[in-house]
Amino acid sequence: QVTVRDALNQALDEELERDERVFLLGEEVAQYDGAYKISRGLWKKYGDKRVIDTPISEMGFAGIAVGAAMVWLRPVCEFMTFNFSMQAIDQVINSAAKTCYMSAGSIAVPIVFRGPNGASAGVAAQHSQCFAAWYGHCPGLKVVSPWSSEDAKGLLKASIRDDNPVVMLENELLYGVPFEMSEQAQSKDFIVPIGKAKIERQGTHVTLVSHSRPVGHCLEAAAVLAKEGVECEVINLRTIRPMDIEAVEASVVKTNHLVTVEGGWPQFGVGAEICARIMEGSAFNYLDAPAVRVTGADVPMPYAKILEDNCIPQVKDIIFAVKKTLNI
Amino acid sequence: ASRVMVASRNYADFASEATFEIKKCDLHRLEEGPSTTAVMTREEGLHYYKTMQTIRRMELKSDQLYKQKIIRGFCHLYDGQEACCVGLEVAIKPTDHVITAYRAHGFTYARGVPVREILAELTGRKGGCVKGKGGSMHMYTKNFYGGNGIVGAQVPLGAGIALACKYFGKNEVCLTLYGDGAANQGQIFETYNMAALWKLPCVFICENNRYGMGTSVERAAASTDYYKRGDFIPGLRVDGMDVLCVREAAKFATEYCRAGKGPILMELQTYRYHGHSMSDPGISYRTREEIQEVRSKSDPITLLKDRMVNTNLASIEELKEIDVAVRKEIEEAAQFATTDPEPPLEELGNHIYFNEPPFEVRGPNQWIKYKSVS
Repeated sequence: QVTVRDALNQALDEELERDERVFLLGEEVAQYDGAYKISRGLWKKYGDKRVIDTPISEMGFAGIAVGAAMVWLRPVCEFMTFNFSMQAIDQVINSAAKTCYMSAGSIAVPIVFRGPNGASAGVAAQHSQCFAAWYGHCPGLKVVSPWSSEDAKGLLKASIRDDNPVVMLENELLYGVPFEMSEQAQSKDFIVPIGKAKIERQGTHVTLVSHSRPVGHCLEAAAVLAKEGVECEVINLRTIRPMDIEAVEASVVKTNHLVTVEGGWPQFGVGAEICARIMEGSAFNYLDAPAVRVTGADVPMPYAKILEDNCIPQVKDIIFAVKKTLNI
Repeated sequence: ASRVMVASRNYADFASEATFEIKKCDLHRLEEGPSTTAVMTREEGLHYYKTMQTIRRMELKSDQLYKQKIIRGFCHLYDGQEACCVGLEVAIKPTDHVITAYRAHGFTYARGVPVREILAELTGRKGGCVKGKGGSMHMYTKNFYGGNGIVGAQVPLGAGIALACKYFGKNEVCLTLYGDGAANQGQIFETYNMAALWKLPCVFICENNRYGMGTSVERAAASTDYYKRGDFIPGLRVDGMDVLCVREAAKFATEYCRAGKGPILMELQTYRYHGHSMSDPGISYRTREEIQEVRSKSDPITLLKDRMVNTNLASIEELKEIDVAVRKEIEEAAQFATTDPEPPLEELGNHIYFNEPPFEVRGPNQWIKYKSVS
């Protein structure tokens, strides 16, 4: 059993060791061992050149990281949370994402932007936004969103080895959660391919598609529903862009019902995109009911616990949505 | 005043080199500055002249093509500022790095992209240096990172390139350019801080052409001493209309960086004859008299020409021959740029990613798909 935090730490350690062009920069990543301790021990092991503490200058250090990537260093740029990435979003989109295209392939930007994304616990509106839809919107970026430790380790390694800008949306509440990790997943060359979803649970009655922490809620909902004879197929997207819509389509063809689950706001969200693509594809003819979305509430995140709890998709909300779409 | 050093061997009666007095640079946090004399050989002079003249004529040709609507979108011309990009280029090595903003055609040429590829990129043809994908503001070549559209964003990028230079230990530097308008961007101050903290081999260069679009420096900056704006970073203010002044200052600055002393800042005082872009006539915020005065008293090409003729480094006829050759080159390049075909539609989806197996890209509706090859 390995926590997501330790899985990320292992991935960073292994990739720093494997390729001397890889380096980590961000606020508190070095001497503080990381704001969320993801980079614990790395500065001690690799030193100032490979693990760099930055001042509180997101736009500046994100731009510096992108510039370094253009000369074939392989930076891992940590945003303490993705809320702060908004300060630097011009560098992520205009400098990182678009450069390969604008330069007709002559300049690559092999960078990883990573950090916690989405709701945490009691951190209120400015620290709780989910950026999956914002970054997932942009061609030129790859966007990954791990759930389990295996996802975290494999996707981070794959992202670092990818020659393109990758945004990795982690989740703070998952950092301390332990998951089983197979022998294979513990090897130094274990990669989770970017762009491929994983079926976490096979089912026949309804397809639940999710990413990040809500995948766990989907599995809990599936366990409850199984007792009532409803078998849910739970798909863990793993990658937001490029999205593995084929996996969703194949599942919908089998189950005829679709519920998307995400932490972000509903308007223009990940679920909205999945629904649009299902409408456009062959799976539409197999739907027995309209596709349904379960999302974060359409408000800035409030602080009080009762309010916050009702702003994120809970297990009961998923169960309710499943029963609605199955008309039971 | 200039003194001629008579070489031991004269070719066709010309001097082989001459020494010139150049303007002293204003200094910030520096005990000494660049030399106040510059030696220029005949070969160097002819090279500087031809390069600046090529850039001048290329920009004027771009003006023409834009007015004929063969060039579209944004077009920010560099005529008047030639001494900056040429003076910088001849002071650095091909293995050094350069990044600038959108007034980039002169640098693109100086860094080695042929005129025909620049013009064909402006006209959006497949023979353009980035196959028509970038246009005026996004041209790249080896060790030249554009061409950047977002004001100021190129400055952290340049410091990042400098970080990589230091990381790899190859004794290279990065020239990171920005204008007087960009000089007020917050991210530039973030970059000054990190570059100084980490002693990055970054030469910050402010091309001060007195106007940020339609706003004069006095109306935009509480302090127009751009060479001092780096605060803890040493700076020098340079006559950007004199190619030798720029060259000597750049040699001084790059030496400073290569010695591992950290970043340094150069302000080049220069002038653009055109407006901010082709949409701006450039006379609502400045007078025709001012433009004319700079042209008649400080034109960088005229300055160089007069120096060379007065010191017998070249003859007027010889320089006229170069003018003719340059015009011919520009005409041929323009001919190419107007006849080369546009990029094929099949390439629309290419180069989204680097080193990626081919995949499909969605077009304007779900039935239109483009193949993306990297």
